[in-house]
Amino acid sequence: MSKKIPYLILAPGFILLIFFLLIPLVSVIWPTFYNGSFSIESYTSFFQDSYNVGIFIRTIRVSLIVTFICIILGVPTAYFIAGTSPKWRGLLMAFTLFPMLTNSVIRSFAWINLLGQNGVINKLLSSIGIISEPLTLLYTEFSIIIGSIYLFLPILIITLVGVMENINPEIMEAAETLGASRIKAFIKVVLPLSIPGIIVGSVLVFTGTLTAYTTPQLLGGNRNMMLSTFLYQNAMTLGNWEDASVIALIMIITTVLVMKGLNLIANRIDKRGEKDA
Amino acid sequence: MRKQRGLSLFVGAVFAFLFIPLVIITITAFGENSTIQFPITGFTFKWFTAVFENQSFIDSFLLSLEISLLATLLALVVGIPAAYALTRNGVKGKDWIKSFFLSPTIIPGVVVGYSLFQFIVIRLQVPLFHGLLLGHFLISLPYIIRVVGSSLEQLDFSIEEVAWTLGSTKFKAFTSIVLPNISSSIFASFMLAFINSFNNIPVSQFLSGPGISTLPTTLMNYIEYNYDPVVSALSVLLMLGTIILMFLIEKTLGLAKVV
Repeated sequence: MSKKIPYLILAPGFILLIFFLLIPLVSVIWPTFYNGSFSIESYTSFFQDSYNVGIFIRTIRVSLIVTFICIILGVPTAYFIAGTSPKWRGLLMAFTLFPMLTNSVIRSFAWINLLGQNGVINKLLSSIGIISEPLTLLYTEFSIIIGSIYLFLPILIITLVGVMENINPEIMEAAETLGASRIKAFIKVVLPLSIPGIIVGSVLVFTGTLTAYTTPQLLGGNRNMMLSTFLYQNAMTLGNWEDASVIALIMIITTVLVMKGLNLIANRIDKRGEKDA
Repeated sequence: MRKQRGLSLFVGAVFAFLFIPLVIITITAFGENSTIQFPITGFTFKWFTAVFENQSFIDSFLLSLEISLLATLLALVVGIPAAYALTRNGVKGKDWIKSFFLSPTIIPGVVVGYSLFQFIVIRLQVPLFHGLLLGHFLISLPYIIRVVGSSLEQLDFSIEEVAWTLGSTKFKAFTSIVLPNISSSIFASFMLAFINSFNNIPVSQFLSGPGISTLPTTLMNYIEYNYDPVVSALSVLLMLGTIILMFLIEKTLGLAKVV
């Protein structure tokens, strides 16, 4: 009897997930493979259309650029935060957390104010005389990229601070005592030890950008679709449920591949570290 | 320690990048012009009054509160026992079941929203409100499993066994021994899941319709057609809400424990 209890209390969640996550997903995806007979034609024809391929490639490209820039900005920042006193660390973490907990609509809207034709940046540049005509910054791939960096940088910093706090500062001191410059010690010592954390954070940033809806919708406009906005357009505006479902599976597969792939690498690196120690 | 002036400047610039956009929104909420301008001319609170006079903002705010509270509570009721079962030995396929419970984080939000819309709302004709509630329940559940689960893993289960030995029923031991010991992580997971649900766009966007629109969805649709300081004022109010929630978490648990 008592052995059954764990299964009994797992059951409600299990059943809810099956009925409202798994079955809806399968019911949406299944018709893309089976229409009287089994075929992957929905997918091959999707990828034969250069417009669709363009959106897929843009999504991957934007996600890669965003991840890369977030790492460049986030690693030194996290390193700095991890090295401060607990009081400062708490404060800086709260400052990082605040934008993360602020609604993504607000955070995208902030960039409409900055990047628009009459936005802050155009006004500033023309008042100093750098430009004579306003630049087209909004509704471009550039605006999606900057909006996504803005959206996901905090989560990378927070993930990394957690990892870097655990790096013994004495290792850094030892490297410096042995003659390494501060930057060299950072690159040779702190960075390699942070790589698993960087990978975990990058997965969050990459998959976050890949699947984000609000930012491409508000900052990208109709000419710069990403997979998520393309899915929405197909499902809700065009009524093209077949393509919407195809995009849904492509998004799931890409997300899972990136997650599993990078986490595998992170685990390998972690294990290697253990062996060395 | 040597001075890290270069690094400090860099970090200063990163925080400027994170905050200047939000500061600009805040300033534009007080401008008198009817479209957003920066720098502002004049100073007024009228856009804040306008937020409260906008019935669709008020209605969708109340709906958001209702959906997020109900969904998070449902996720707690379902999630806490599940997290508890998953920390016990003897559950077969424990890792597999746990990944299944965490899977809503792997499935992109737009896909969750889309499949719920198509299957639950269109095919099964379930009312939109329930579809929305289910969607928010799905995205909240992983937070409960993860946060409560990790605190249960650190809990010494022998205290529970002592209660059993002393004649307490399993249920009594769970409610009077286990639950009080994990109360802070329950609160933390509740707050995280609530904030996440309240801010969610992708799921809500698919599951909205006449009379059913969460605040972020309403705000998003409003932004697509309007460019006035009402949006800034509402943003400021929502940011104030975030600050209050962060302050509450800090006072009760410490923010560090939540992240």
